[in-house]
Amino acid sequence: MIEIGLGHYLTLGAVIFSIGIIGIFLNRKNIIVILMSIELILLAVNINLVSFSMYLGDLTGQVFTLFILTVAAAEAAIGLAIIVVYYRNSGTIRVEEIDKLKG
Amino acid sequence: MIAHAIFFYIFSIIAVVSAVMVTVSKNTVHSVFFLILDFISISCLFIMIGAEFLGMIMLIVYVGAVAVLFLFVVMMLNVAQQKNQWFVSKENSNHIPIGLLISVIIFFELIIVIGGWKYKPDLFDQGNLSIVNDVSNTHSLGMVLYTDYIYIFQISGMILLIAMIGAIVLTFRQREGVKKQSYLKQISRERAEGVEVVEVASNRGVKIDD
Repeated sequence: MIEIGLGHYLTLGAVIFSIGIIGIFLNRKNIIVILMSIELILLAVNINLVSFSMYLGDLTGQVFTLFILTVAAAEAAIGLAIIVVYYRNSGTIRVEEIDKLKG
Repeated sequence: MIAHAIFFYIFSIIAVVSAVMVTVSKNTVHSVFFLILDFISISCLFIMIGAEFLGMIMLIVYVGAVAVLFLFVVMMLNVAQQKNQWFVSKENSNHIPIGLLISVIIFFELIIVIGGWKYKPDLFDQGNLSIVNDVSNTHSLGMVLYTDYIYIFQISGMILLIAMIGAIVLTFRQREGVKKQSYLKQISRERAEGVEVVEVASNRGVKIDD
């Protein structure tokens, strides 16, 4: 309990990952919160990679965390651009009312 | 060691609580602020574990760029006042218990994997990029990032460029009725369409544009 090991960090990553998935499933408000939940999931993956990297003494995990950071930034930019265009065209971003694809 | 444990628990409790608040907060602006708090506490954890370069990069990239981008879009779209209607749906959908069930199952699967994990005994010797203790974290990352991982580094730069172009192309629109300067038209103006030389007879005057 006092000795902080790899398992503590992995548990923290698992908790944040699950909270992100709950946020995706349960959200009914607007789609921006779903994008934020995706950011939370990527953050949990980053926690796992960095903690494995530090506890195994291998630098590869941190290098890949940098690339995940890049991809997350690009994904947030593209997703927000799509949301802006959708809001301009249809006037709403409520998750329930986005049904143009009849899904 | 006990200080390490205390700080770990403080930062991880802040991170988990703010992650919960991101999903359940009624106001979207508050969600973005809790997302910023989450990123800050996780980057504190990264600095604490010894990956200080990644912690600082998390602060710069996530708090400085991504979260501000989220905040900008939330304020631009005027959806901050849309109140969150939790657990209220127009039609009777059963997505809430299914979502909770799937999340809990995923969480327990992850916990089972963590708890039952046994390392291979030779795993610790296999690392080809072992961390050297007398070189700082930033230095050692820089040593491998531009040599061993140069192609992936270039590809990630291309990904950022494509994302930038895509965002601009998606949100660009041609507005009607905006007066703009056209350099090509200005430069390619000829003398013949600018001035007209007329013979003026004396005592008659000139009548132009007839």
